[in-house]
Amino acid sequence: MITHDVVIVGSGLAGLRAAIEMAGKVDVAVVSKVYPSRSHSGAAQGGVAAAMANSSDDSVESHFFDTVKGSDYLADQDAAEIMTRDAPVTITEMERLGCVFSRDEKGRIAQREFGGHSHPRACYAADRTGHALLHTLFEQSMKHKAAVTYYSEWYLLSLIYEEGSARGITMMNIRTGELEVVRAKTVLFGTGGYGRAFKITSNAFACTGDGVMTAYRAGIPLEDMEFVQFHPTGLYGQGILMSEAARGEGGYLVNGKGERFMDKYAKSKMELAPRDIVSRAEQTEINEGRGIGGKDFVHIDLRHLGREKIIERLPQIRQLAIDFLGVDCIDKPIPIQPTAHYSMGGIPVDVDCQVITDEKKTKARGFFAAGECSCVSVHGANRLGTNSLLDACVFGRRAGKAALDYTLSARHESVNEAAELGKARKRLDALLSTPETESANDIRNELKETMSNHAGVYRGAEGLLVAKAALKLLRERFKSVRVTDKGKLFNTELVEALELSNMLEYSEIIVEGALARRESRGAHARTDFPKRDDANWLKHTLARKNADGSVSLGYKPVVITKYQPEERKY
Amino acid sequence: MAEVRFLVSKYNSETDAKPRLQEFRLDPPQGATLLDCLNLIKWKLDGTLSFRMSCRSAICGSCAVRVNGHARLACKTQAADAVIDGRVTIEPLGNMTLIRDLVVDLEPFWASVEKVRPWLVPDDSKKYERERLQSHHDQLKIDAASTCIMCASCFSDCNVMEVDPKFLGPAALAKAQRFVFDTRDAEKWDRLELLGQIHGMWDCTHCAECSTRCPTDAKPLERITELRRAAMAAGMTDNNAARHVLGFRESIGGFKGIGGSGMLNENYLPVRSMGLSIGGILSLIPVGLRMFARKKNPPLIPHVIEKVGEVRKMFRRFDEYNKEGEK
Ligand SMILES: Cc1cc2nc3c(=O)[nH]c(=O)nc-3n(C[C@H](O)[C@H](O)[C@H](O)COP(=O)(O)OP(=O)(O)OC[C@H]3O[C@@H](n4cnc5c(N)ncnc54)[C@H](O)[C@@H]3O)c2cc1C
Ligand code: SF4
Ligand code: SF4
Ligand code: FES
Repeated sequence: MITHDVVIVGSGLAGLRAAIEMAGKVDVAVVSKVYPSRSHSGAAQGGVAAAMANSSDDSVESHFFDTVKGSDYLADQDAAEIMTRDAPVTITEMERLGCVFSRDEKGRIAQREFGGHSHPRACYAADRTGHALLHTLFEQSMKHKAAVTYYSEWYLLSLIYEEGSARGITMMNIRTGELEVVRAKTVLFGTGGYGRAFKITSNAFACTGDGVMTAYRAGIPLEDMEFVQFHPTGLYGQGILMSEAARGEGGYLVNGKGERFMDKYAKSKMELAPRDIVSRAEQTEINEGRGIGGKDFVHIDLRHLGREKIIERLPQIRQLAIDFLGVDCIDKPIPIQPTAHYSMGGIPVDVDCQVITDEKKTKARGFFAAGECSCVSVHGANRLGTNSLLDACVFGRRAGKAALDYTLSARHESVNEAAELGKARKRLDALLSTPETESANDIRNELKETMSNHAGVYRGAEGLLVAKAALKLLRERFKSVRVTDKGKLFNTELVEALELSNMLEYSEIIVEGALARRESRGAHARTDFPKRDDANWLKHTLARKNADGSVSLGYKPVVITKYQPEERKY
Repeated sequence: MAEVRFLVSKYNSETDAKPRLQEFRLDPPQGATLLDCLNLIKWKLDGTLSFRMSCRSAICGSCAVRVNGHARLACKTQAADAVIDGRVTIEPLGNMTLIRDLVVDLEPFWASVEKVRPWLVPDDSKKYERERLQSHHDQLKIDAASTCIMCASCFSDCNVMEVDPKFLGPAALAKAQRFVFDTRDAEKWDRLELLGQIHGMWDCTHCAECSTRCPTDAKPLERITELRRAAMAAGMTDNNAARHVLGFRESIGGFKGIGGSGMLNENYLPVRSMGLSIGGILSLIPVGLRMFARKKNPPLIPHVIEKVGEVRKMFRRFDEYNKEGEK
């Protein structure tokens, strides 16, 4: 058994930011299934929001309001206020740590427009903002190497959580196959999102909700899992992201009839309306036969921006479309479709990122979560672009501070190493000794198909029930899944099977939550209940695991401090 | 596309003496990348095939492998572009120890990057309430290096790395450029000093392999050249390495008024750069022998540098710059 004061799982922006806050003050370990610079945060393109007011008379107040409105009033307003207030100082700090931001003519951090934001508020580094931020923290992690122990390419297997307190984790060294128990006073998850369960997704292969499901299995409820954001501009076929910056810089969305169709859906904001609205607009165009050539995609047209602007501001987007579709956006429009992009739901936490375990906000001792795996909730039913890098940075920082305070006055609690190892071993052995009649690939493909068709941009009771039944069968089949690799070294087939088991289980939670929520709000659009219903549904879902493995749903009120819900028009 | 024969390296360090190429036949779907193909092989033909991947959009740096002998990102390479005579060979990166199939031990790579102290050391004498200012122009000087995704393609294919594992290597040097040229960094000179030591920036032979393989704009050789220029301009000539460049200068630029040959005599360089220290020359022998053994030794007949006029101009500018500096 290894002992540390704090074990952080996840080395994306949230995890690393928290680690840096604690480095040198307590004994910190960072566990991650990929090397830090390979975390999914690096894929973020467009920008990170902060009311720096560098190129407008922006204010924290305005950012706060935009976030709440964008969330379709499901955000907890105390949390949204903190995030927007902490934003400028957090970004300034990142700059001071060395982040390479694009600059304006006065040498300040450049800012641009982004959907749902009323001012140019997105600080950016060309169209690789996440990469710039992540590598800055990666650099800092090398600086603090003596003070932080990194376990890179280790896979989280379980959370040790007993009597209301987190005591450590179990994990597997991917490289050697060895299992380990880490005992810690404090456990902090920054394990990222769960977008991989959809056929068309912008998410990395690693975004399989592992941390979220590890917490769930340990008895922590999950909040608002049914809210999954679909981004309007996924590259046709795979869903690789074309950043919203493409619209921020002035790109047009065009249907099969050559029309800029957004004027029908959001006349004043047009292409810059929030993501849920634009994605639904596209899906409606496609469903009504106005996709390009009647097919399931539309175009984003950047040609009028001109070669120079495209090359300077959107180099990565241009390259992606060239590499993956052979389309150069300087002279051709890019085929796109909505793509599963962001997980609004996750592990419920308070504004200091301490995990809460019920409707009454009872705190879990020694357990913190930040970034996309958590639900504070600052994004409510729909996250605004550039608010999630911000979420990961702001709450990573806050989590670091709060976890440090907690750790300084906490003690290690007892952990039964043999029992924990035994449980972990058993789970792996079960996967390695099935009847081997089912292909993981088939199960995964059917899962993705099911979720995209029935729990995607539009949802209805009928489809969700189909999905529910299908998921049940898939989970049954998974018990016979084939893992042919029985070796210890770098057994990626085993890791993928573990990830698939998580995807299957959280998909069920998404479907249950979506089925129960008989309204349309933000990213959750019910064809059979097209209106928002504040009287009955202005509340957060809390999904809990029953003893028999089924899901039970509870609810938690939304914190409203300043802005009363009103109709959301753009 | 028609059926393609994928020759993929398979190896398990626990059970196999050495890697072997296994053939898989696959008909890649329209538009498939090599990563898509590797996944199809893994998911349909051989579940035990192991490789790294994550983002599948050329930004996380996980999926670099050798394709037909050269390092590339599998997710950024269209299968159609990699097929030669109906075949593609996929092998692990070089210059690192193999663990399994296409997975190598990356620790030496990360260690090389760490050596250049790759974090900003700000000038703390000034207090700022907001972000520091940096002009667009100054930011552009570090833009290219900052696009590096740490994929280790350059490290894998660097020729010097192959013979001198202590060489800092292209990615670390590109990373270092990003700090030396960052107007916000206070340690420019210390950094150049550090990079100027043996196994540092002067050991690169300009073979350009790194920049050819680099999937981003980081292009290490270009960054190394910028670093060297900065060191020369700063008059950091009092070390073996810079003497190497002076030797280089003499070799092409003309020595003491005698017109140079315009030829790069790489065999002459080590002697010149180590000065007259016998120990220094002896210390090069192992490198030389290893280079010889791997057929990486410089050609015995010096090659004429293309555009030698340009290079000479460059050196003349250095001279002028240095003279100005002395005034
Ligand atoms: C293509 C794309 C573009 C985006 N663009 C933007 C943008 O422009 N602006 C914006 O604000 N947001 C953007 N987002 C969203 C944003 O990038 C993410 O929400 C944010 O980076 C999440 O950071 P994180 O630290 O929470 O998680 P991640 O960066 O996803 O990190 C998760 C970490 O957890 C580790 N982990 C997970 N499971 C395990 C396990 N089982 N064992 C061990 N370790 C584990 C991983 O290794 C990783 O280190 C984008 C997202 C995508 C997909
Ligand atoms: S140019 Fe220099 S650093 Fe690059 S591969 Fe050649 S020897 Fe290595
Ligand atoms: S310099 Fe280029 S090839 Fe080398 S690690 Fe960075 S991105 Fe990869
Ligand atoms: S999978 Fe991330 S670079 Fe290829």
